[in-house]
Amino acid sequence: MKSFLNATLKKIALWTKNGSPWIWLNGGAVTICMLMVVGLVGLIAVRGFSHFWPANILQTSVIDNVGKQQIILAEVVRSEVIPAAVARDNGYTVATDRELITRYLMKLGNRDITSRDFMWFLEIGMSEWKYPQDAVVVERREWGNFYGYLESINENGKTVVAQGAENFWQELDARMKRSLTLHDQMTRLEKNEIGHVNNELQDLRLKHRRLELDGITGEQMLAAEAKFAEQKIILENEYAIIKKERDALAEQIKRDQLIAKTADGKEITLSFDHLVRVTRPNAMGIFAKSGQYVERFWEFVSAEPRESNTEGGIFPAIFGTLIMVIIMAIMVTPFGVLAAIYLREYAKDGLFLRIIRISVYNLAGVPSIVYGVFGLGFFVYTLGGNLDHLFYAESLPTPTFGTPGLFWASLTLALLTLPIVIVSTEEGLSRIPSTIRQGSLALGATKSETLWKVIVPLATPAMMTGLILAIARAAGEVAPLMLVGVVKLAPALPVDGNYPFVHLDQKIMHLGFHIYDVGFQSPNVEAARPLVYATSLILVLLIITLNFTAIKIRNNLREKYRSAAD
Amino acid sequence: MPQLISTDEPVASLMPSLAQRAKLRRWRNIKDKISAYGIMAAGVAVVGSLGLIFVYLFSEVTPLLRGASVEITKTYSLPPITQSAAPVDGVAEFINLERYEEIGTVYYKNGVVQFFHAEDGSALQSEQIPQAADATFTTLATSEATHGLVAYGDNHGQVSVVKVQYDLSYPNDKRVVSPHLDFPLGEEPFALDTYKLPLKILAIQETSKGTLLSAATSDDRLILAVVATKTNPITEETTTSTDVFNLPSLPADEHVTHMQIDDAGRYLVVASDKSQIYLYNISNPAAVERNDPIAVESGNVTAMQFLVGTGSLAIGTDKGNVSQWLMVRDKNNKYHVTHVRDFKALNGAITQITPEYSRRGFWAADNKGNLGIYFGTSARTLLIKSMGSAPIAHIGLSPINGKVLLLDQTQQVSFAKVWNQHPEISFSMLWEKVWYEGRDAPDYIWQASSASDSFEAKMSFVPLALGTLKAAFFAILFAIPIGVMGAIYTAYFMTPKLRGIVKPTIEIMAALPSVILGFLAGLWLAPFLENNLPAIFSILIFTPVVMLITGFAWSQFPSAIRTRIPDGWEAAILIVPVMFTVWVCVALSPYLEVWFFHGSMRQWFTDSGIKYEQRNALVVGLVMGFAVIPSIFSIAEDAVFSVPRHLTQGSLALGATPWQTMVGVVLPTASPGIFSAVMMGFGRAVGETMIVLMATGNSPVVNFNVFEGMRTLSANIAVEMPETAVGSTHFRVLFLAALLLLALTFVVNTIAEVVRQSLRKRYSNL
Repeated sequence: MKSFLNATLKKIALWTKNGSPWIWLNGGAVTICMLMVVGLVGLIAVRGFSHFWPANILQTSVIDNVGKQQIILAEVVRSEVIPAAVARDNGYTVATDRELITRYLMKLGNRDITSRDFMWFLEIGMSEWKYPQDAVVVERREWGNFYGYLESINENGKTVVAQGAENFWQELDARMKRSLTLHDQMTRLEKNEIGHVNNELQDLRLKHRRLELDGITGEQMLAAEAKFAEQKIILENEYAIIKKERDALAEQIKRDQLIAKTADGKEITLSFDHLVRVTRPNAMGIFAKSGQYVERFWEFVSAEPRESNTEGGIFPAIFGTLIMVIIMAIMVTPFGVLAAIYLREYAKDGLFLRIIRISVYNLAGVPSIVYGVFGLGFFVYTLGGNLDHLFYAESLPTPTFGTPGLFWASLTLALLTLPIVIVSTEEGLSRIPSTIRQGSLALGATKSETLWKVIVPLATPAMMTGLILAIARAAGEVAPLMLVGVVKLAPALPVDGNYPFVHLDQKIMHLGFHIYDVGFQSPNVEAARPLVYATSLILVLLIITLNFTAIKIRNNLREKYRSAAD
Repeated sequence: MPQLISTDEPVASLMPSLAQRAKLRRWRNIKDKISAYGIMAAGVAVVGSLGLIFVYLFSEVTPLLRGASVEITKTYSLPPITQSAAPVDGVAEFINLERYEEIGTVYYKNGVVQFFHAEDGSALQSEQIPQAADATFTTLATSEATHGLVAYGDNHGQVSVVKVQYDLSYPNDKRVVSPHLDFPLGEEPFALDTYKLPLKILAIQETSKGTLLSAATSDDRLILAVVATKTNPITEETTTSTDVFNLPSLPADEHVTHMQIDDAGRYLVVASDKSQIYLYNISNPAAVERNDPIAVESGNVTAMQFLVGTGSLAIGTDKGNVSQWLMVRDKNNKYHVTHVRDFKALNGAITQITPEYSRRGFWAADNKGNLGIYFGTSARTLLIKSMGSAPIAHIGLSPINGKVLLLDQTQQVSFAKVWNQHPEISFSMLWEKVWYEGRDAPDYIWQASSASDSFEAKMSFVPLALGTLKAAFFAILFAIPIGVMGAIYTAYFMTPKLRGIVKPTIEIMAALPSVILGFLAGLWLAPFLENNLPAIFSILIFTPVVMLITGFAWSQFPSAIRTRIPDGWEAAILIVPVMFTVWVCVALSPYLEVWFFHGSMRQWFTDSGIKYEQRNALVVGLVMGFAVIPSIFSIAEDAVFSVPRHLTQGSLALGATPWQTMVGVVLPTASPGIFSAVMMGFGRAVGETMIVLMATGNSPVVNFNVFEGMRTLSANIAVEMPETAVGSTHFRVLFLAALLLLALTFVVNTIAEVVRQSLRKRYSNL
């Protein structure tokens, strides 16, 4: 035994002497890095993707801390192990020999009835878990999900089909489809048609104000006013017609009701116009669930948010992010590329250039919030305020560009990502072998011809890399946007059918800010949590894809010039 | 075979003619020039616009450093009193300017209140305060400026209280302000002194208990009166009830010179002609106590005024000294008047102190015609200016600090424009301990805004700067070992194949948006850590141990197995052991809590006196460390990887082991690069906003407790910027914070960049 110990100690000493422990520790650092990245992305992926999977509904009875028994119908959100002492402190009676207890977070839904839709329950006193086949999840436009059992379908208060009838579920689907179609028509009317009329009315008002500001009076003004009044009447009539149409739809959609019962037997009437989807997850097979999964995922990326962003989709956020990034790219590319060409090809070498170059590189490391402050102060208040006085005086004191908005957000991000594009383009330019340049010049081409016909095309992939990195950075940046134009809920998309089609002055929603807002400003954190994971997933996927593309392009580029430079 | 060259027939040349070529060449030259100038213009514009960030931030900050200015626009005599019954003796006792800065009001000693246009001195109406037939007014007192009460005391011990109301009307879309006198306590003078002796000095204050009046009579008694008004809701008739109390008087040979009552009705401050300041606790008017006096060292008190909020006093002396005194509560809950700061003295004796309406500023005038503008909290003397030979007797400041009426002793009024936008900020305010009102000691506090008007803004950068450093420190603490060691391994020991996986992964790590990291930190990691505190500590201890054990075990494996995986794959071998360790630590965490920490480690910390917040510096350190690792990693990796091969090969050829080569050759060469990597990481950590915003409670505390949160400069900007008024001091201070961040990161990054570039030069010379 002792000799074995001695031998081992000797081996250890030998192993230590050549520095192997350090190598292993260093290797371990890499391992930790990799595990953290994979773990983090994995965590987001698992939580994000699983959000759309229709979870089974479980029925059980629980005992709360005052000893009251209760039957619940719920989804299990997660579980954790807690020391028994904590449970005892909370008033639960726990056997003295227990040290640890599992507890489950259950999503109970039915916020309109119980006011608490998420609750923790201890495993103690919990009866067997059952998964009743006919338990339903009803997704609603307000009050969150409903969990319970269906009794019957009513039409104008009279029962049409009752639970148990053969055609119950088909009837339900048919009526669901009808109410959804009606609802779609209604929103279309409200959003497009009424929005359009309102827009025109607003336009008329502004035109009138403009004339006033221009100092037009007398005959001319009277004529204009008469014309405005005429147009206004036409628009108001139009509005009345649309309103009537809408009201008719609203009447129709109220036709059907669903009578349902909660787990503890309370009856409740659900009007079809508030329902989004009715499913029986426990009765669904794997294929039905997969279908549901795709449907819900699609809804998530294509629909508008509901219930102060804690339900529904994130389409406006995706759209806002995209449009902002596109406008940013349009601004940052030419300027970044030109600045890089200037620094690399035209500027005189020397200390001054070196200082400028270091400064530009350093700006990439300046905190993004500083750009936000600059954007707010300079772009929004100074530039925007002056623009308003010059061009939008008719709508003052309501600011048009003198308030945070899409254009300023894009411009701020363009400034923020400028160093990235410059650095990347410069690197691309510097990689082009001077032989190519000299060859072109030797053939008699002017400097600009060499530049635009030889150098720039060769450096295009580098510029692309820079642009993609810039876009990836911009898509994930939040801090400056909080100051210059991103809001939690924008009333409309920045692009629509009304002139001038792209509304640069409008406030937008943004994926990153959506995560911050829903995760940290929302009143119901538990309900919002899965949504935040799902949103994060979309953002992470977007950014990883962009980055991998950039890395690929860059690696190809390096390969290409490695041979050319040799 | 076709004929290649025709000898007899001249073929027209395809080459353009000389003229055309010249034209083409000219055109190409022009294009060349256009391109060159265009690129130059764009390049300069871009560089300029980036430089603009500095310039603009500076321009927003500079007004903070400016002092105040007072510019007289017009000087005129006081308008002749328009009231017919005006007595001869018309000495102005108080002057006032309303918030639209249009109408001035002057209160004469004889009870005439005269309104006039501030712009040119043209008279409006005047009103006479009713007084008993044989009475003459002897003294006048004013309440806190926001309440606007003025009390006249007469020689029969009676008091009249008036208040000027300004009615607004908009005939023809033009604002018209029309003032009139109002008597909140009734038109009739009411008795204060039961002995009906003349009132010498008077004080008035509107408090929650009613209107408090206090007076010193000609025989040096002190009286306190509580006037409660009740309005009948139906008849809207106001009835007043006055309770009069006698206060302990001053020592026999001292006489009252100044009196002030605070707006909570808690204390009465009395200054005597012996430069003593007495504090009376009048919370219970029936049993008033007199505290021991405190001496004003710097001369005889010639002016004493409460600043807005009545938490502090400005005192002027006959030697021209101006100082600020705070009401400080001691351990026994007793208030004391405490001298906290002095301001730059004026030349002559201070004759008048006028507080500003909504902030802790005040104006002082001396008997040699000098005017001083001061600000309490920031201890700033904003302006000292001689306004002419005649001493200023009264200062009528407008509530918005835009204009002022200066009345001199020759009854001349000067109407002046004021610029005094940002008196609140000074170096000492930002970086030194400041004694704020209501505190018992000087402190570093950041609390920039509040709903209350009389709130004293506390803007110390110290908690924010310290919070920034705290967050960056813990992040760097976590990131340096992992980042640098990982870089060393990746650059020097790892096989190229694995490297091809690791490097892009690190780039992805760098690209992960901080909002996602922040959200995971706040919503996932913070609760997880709270529930599994022992896990994090055991992971910190056991992971390295397991790595070493795995390494040693691996070295003892039969070589047949070992050769299957060559050197450079250590990192891959460690994946499973490390994951296993982490899993075991987490799984064991509840048991550890039960065995060692009475069931809850968090509770255990709290019991041992360590404050624990769920969102704390530990969470920030871990997650921001995660965000910083890639910056450190890629630069350090680059530095190590670029160490010329011949150096390392030489060392290995001489028989050094790879690790010895690493320590003896590579690290010394690459150390500047690693230094610059750490600097870059620090720069990133300092400016990071979203992670801190989401992973901490954002409370501006001054400590380095790892289990408490912090508020950083950047998060502070993100939180407060959207809510502050454009152009306000708070707005500009946030710009200053941004400028500070910009300067700090710029310096740090420049150092890193310069080091890196010189290193690159060194490598190319090796």
